[in-house]
Amino acid sequence: MDRRKSLKALVLGTVSSAMLLEACDSDTGKVATQVLETPEASSTEGRMAEEVARLKEVKSKNFLTEQEMATVTVLVDIIIPEDDISGSASDAGVPAFIEFIVKDKPEFQTPIRNGLKWLDIQSLNRYANPFRNCTGKQQLEVVDAIAYPESAAPEMKKGVAFFSLMRNLTATGFFTSEMGVKDIGYMGNRPNQWKGVPEEVLRQHNLAYSEKELRECVKFDETA
Amino acid sequence: MDDIQVKKQTKKYDAVIVGSGAGGGMAAYVLANAGLKVCLLEAGPMFDPATDSAQLKNPWESPRRGASTKFRPFGDFDGCYWGWEIDGEPYTKVEGTEWDWWRARMLGGRTNHWGRISLRFGPKDFKHRSIDGLGEDWPIGYEDVKPYYDKVDRLIGVFGTNEGLENEPDGIFLPPPLPRLHELMLKKAAGGIGVPVIPSRLSILTQKINEERGQCFYCSQCGRSCKVYADFSSSSCLVKPAMATGNVDVVPNAMAREVLTDSDGLATGVSYVNKDDMLDYQVDGRVVILAASACESARLLLNSVSQRHENGLANSSDVVGKYLHDSTGASVSGVLPHLMGRKRYNEDGVGGMHVYSPWWLDNKKLDFPRGYHIEYWGGMQQPAYGFGWGIEQLNGKLQVNGKTKAAGGYGKSLKEDYRFMYGAGVGMAGRGEAIAFESNYCEIDPNVVDKYGIPVLRFNVKYSDYEINQARHMNQTFKEILHEMGAVITSGGDAGPHNNWGLQAPGKIIHEAGTVRMGNDPKKSALNKWSQAHDCKNVFCVDGGQFVSQGDKNITWTIMALSMRASEFIIDEMKRQNL
Repeated sequence: MDRRKSLKALVLGTVSSAMLLEACDSDTGKVATQVLETPEASSTEGRMAEEVARLKEVKSKNFLTEQEMATVTVLVDIIIPEDDISGSASDAGVPAFIEFIVKDKPEFQTPIRNGLKWLDIQSLNRYANPFRNCTGKQQLEVVDAIAYPESAAPEMKKGVAFFSLMRNLTATGFFTSEMGVKDIGYMGNRPNQWKGVPEEVLRQHNLAYSEKELRECVKFDETA
Repeated sequence: MDDIQVKKQTKKYDAVIVGSGAGGGMAAYVLANAGLKVCLLEAGPMFDPATDSAQLKNPWESPRRGASTKFRPFGDFDGCYWGWEIDGEPYTKVEGTEWDWWRARMLGGRTNHWGRISLRFGPKDFKHRSIDGLGEDWPIGYEDVKPYYDKVDRLIGVFGTNEGLENEPDGIFLPPPLPRLHELMLKKAAGGIGVPVIPSRLSILTQKINEERGQCFYCSQCGRSCKVYADFSSSSCLVKPAMATGNVDVVPNAMAREVLTDSDGLATGVSYVNKDDMLDYQVDGRVVILAASACESARLLLNSVSQRHENGLANSSDVVGKYLHDSTGASVSGVLPHLMGRKRYNEDGVGGMHVYSPWWLDNKKLDFPRGYHIEYWGGMQQPAYGFGWGIEQLNGKLQVNGKTKAAGGYGKSLKEDYRFMYGAGVGMAGRGEAIAFESNYCEIDPNVVDKYGIPVLRFNVKYSDYEINQARHMNQTFKEILHEMGAVITSGGDAGPHNNWGLQAPGKIIHEAGTVRMGNDPKKSALNKWSQAHDCKNVFCVDGGQFVSQGDKNITWTIMALSMRASEFIIDEMKRQNL
């Protein structure tokens, strides 16, 4: 059976838009381009009126000031910098994500605002500058004091809690961005056929499918 | 204030159904295909997965990266409108008791996002009082429901395997998907300590079954509802084809207020508030079928007070609202060091687990009377909000590429940790049977109404030692399985008496049942064995309300089987002029 047809056959009746999808055949390594036609999304994209109104409201306000955003940008790039595989957190739009999420989840507003203030007071006391205006070396000295929860000094406790929250928000923001998803190597979210764990992976873990599983489970037309 | 005005629909229906989920959708489907005229009231808006689902959206397409909101407690892409709280529709709890109430408001109800776990009740599940003296036996047995399970299997489609197990009946199954890597590891580890692991049974089409529905293309996103209808949602698989008969009028945004009765005590129809204009309407039907969810159906009956039904409709027994119970739930999860740094490939599979563990022990030898099954998860899933959260509690405990690092950290080294750990998570949850006690109930709160002026429910539910002991057994078993796998436990490891061994609050598992139960004795039950009210022959309840007990099986498949059975009974009784 023609694979192109088999994927098309998945799709239902009224069709008004098409998207191109690439599926990699794990056996041949060949990349085949498939056309998957999907019905056009409804005008509200399936969102309730209440949701649309809430999103509009969240987007209509700013929470973080310009100075705070500058500090956040420095911090997220310290947490996730550019490396050989991908760009930095700010390259991936993490500061804008943090600005959105603290408005969407107001429980973050106090810890983030107070944490940023704590960071600036520490920096002012140590280097007579707010964090964002310190040298890179000075910034890392402050970060080193709060980035390791198990060895941080007791008086750094507030800073540690703030930095853990920033680390978590940064990682979540980065690895759910297009750049981050590519970096982490998630390969799903596309039409395909699940043919089981690749042979070499099974061998690596000393596992194999039982005869019962191979007999009972879904089979695909290998000539397709 | 204007004079109160009630708008009456002039059309007379054969049946008015309240609720469009598994029970209401099935009733509409069966009745409409038999040529009856049906009015289907739904408290939420219309919804069609083909155009309204967020399937195949990437996390960055949500500004909140898939994080939950009160509109979508299971995440921004989830297929269910509303959940634990609804603006303007409160409910209350008696102090010192718990019940978290999930309410969907949309065509198809919660079936748009459910786990598609489609388990038949076994022979023991209908007769558990005879086994352990607790609760009540059903007035029907497996042999009464089996033909309907068979029909539901064929109509809706479910994958699985026939294992010949006594209380996990065989069915008419499509082939299941092969296990994922962590599922093979689970199977080996659990099997090693005597816990069976078999292919799961999910209503997802691994093969095409008709021209109206597509075949699964393995994107793992059933929770968002399927654009090609390859999984079961009542909206796409029942209501849509029911509407295509031309015999069904769906009224969306219709919040039912009460069931109306005449001077003889028979139902004449339903009154509802149109949420768009906030006006009251009435719709007449020869029969009224409640399928609004166990608790909403109980609420409707209790709010339908009349001279003939002083204690609420179908409630001369005083059981409506009582025997409320949910599945129990507790979970443990961890990470597998030997899965770290794993090779990447697409292991999405279907939406949900490819394997599960049915209950395998004899409760006579245990300190809790009823069993549980185990659901599993793990692997290389689509990143979403929460990804990497809490790494500071984990990365100091592991060797990353051979090195032990200080917990927390930042920079290139931290970035490497996330990559290294991705896809190494594994977890499991028990779903067990709770005893349906008379003392666990919902009732009308005399002091609170919702924004439509409808009196709301007040809950009064507490777990007993039976459920807590069961949760302890789950916790110990899961830790043992994870230990066998060589996992580092990351959640549930510290469970104990202080938190009831991780037992979730009742209601949390979203399997509400028991509030309008069936039985042979009209003094001890609201419905007869045909889901028909003892006190009012043209009122039926076809959701989880009619359940006497619910085994350790997710209840949807049985709701559909019983709704189909009740609907066929209604058709026969109408033919005989009894209705």
